Amino acid sequence: MATSDIEIAEHALQHHFADMDQQKESSTFGMWLFLVTEIMFFGGLFCAYLIYRSTYYPAFVAGSQTMNIWLGATNTAVLICSSLSMALGVRCAQTSKTKMMVVLLLITIVFGFAFLGIKAVEYHEHWTNHQFPGPNFQFEGAEAAGVSPQNIQIYFSLYWAMTGLHALHMVIGIGLVTWIVIAGWRGAYSPDYYSPVENVGLYWHFVDLVWIYLFPLLYLISKKHGG
Amino acid sequence: MALEEHRQHVIATSVYVGIWAVLMVLTGVTVLVSFIELGDWNIVLALTIATIKATLVVLFFMHLYYSSTLTKVTMIAAIFFLFLLLALSMTDYLTRAWLTNPGH
Repeated sequence: MATSDIEIAEHALQHHFADMDQQKESSTFGMWLFLVTEIMFFGGLFCAYLIYRSTYYPAFVAGSQTMNIWLGATNTAVLICSSLSMALGVRCAQTSKTKMMVVLLLITIVFGFAFLGIKAVEYHEHWTNHQFPGPNFQFEGAEAAGVSPQNIQIYFSLYWAMTGLHALHMVIGIGLVTWIVIAGWRGAYSPDYYSPVENVGLYWHFVDLVWIYLFPLLYLISKKHGG
Repeated sequence: MALEEHRQHVIATSVYVGIWAVLMVLTGVTVLVSFIELGDWNIVLALTIATIKATLVVLFFMHLYYSSTLTKVTMIAAIFFLFLLLALSMTDYLTRAWLTNPGH
């Protein structure tokens, strides 16, 4: 076994790294650094949300009451399930179960599309109700609730921007997992070299993380009235 | 044998499934709690649950618990700078009303 291990290591090790350990560490560190920039990227939007929410709280409550909490909760569950299949897929790469990895990553892709499908249903509903910021924006009962439609529009601007950027990350994530499925099927990965699987997994979990905060912040601002 | 040591720690499937179950339960809890009027505590509770969920995802699904010190420091730095962004922005916006306009 020792000989074949060394052969694998020599094949997988790029010349500018001292050993497999350093190569793996560099790859993971690079991915985490990218995720740091992603945190700051979304952080700007979260900061804008925090400022406007504290300034126009009643308008944010009115806006959030139009959210379908059940679709939002279902999507949260879908993403958590997709993270489980992703994590188990990475585990299969670590333990050289290539076929199982491909199956689990395909399940992850299906969950990803399920999330986007549910999100599309929500977007369609908001769009047909004129809850998209711009000249056609309408919000019934805004005056009765004592809040300015202008301020509710700020809530919806942040809603579309934050969930839209998140959905874009989902689309990119599905593309990346598809790439791993194809490369994995061709036998590109082994327990000694699976950094791309690990790093795409980190990306996928990060996108799940963002949603874990978006769901309560956008859907559960105040006590939910009615269904 | 030496190569084995270099391989990353493999987490048991049961741990992943356990974390998944906790995440699903916490999602249910956060939805149920949102139907109860708790005033300011609604957001505190919602964010506390979200942070517990996020911590579980980062530590176990993203393997940070088993990662090198360098990776852990990278994540802590990210949280620190996000906190700086949010906190320093809010010290501006929340204290603007404190200023009195001279001559009025």
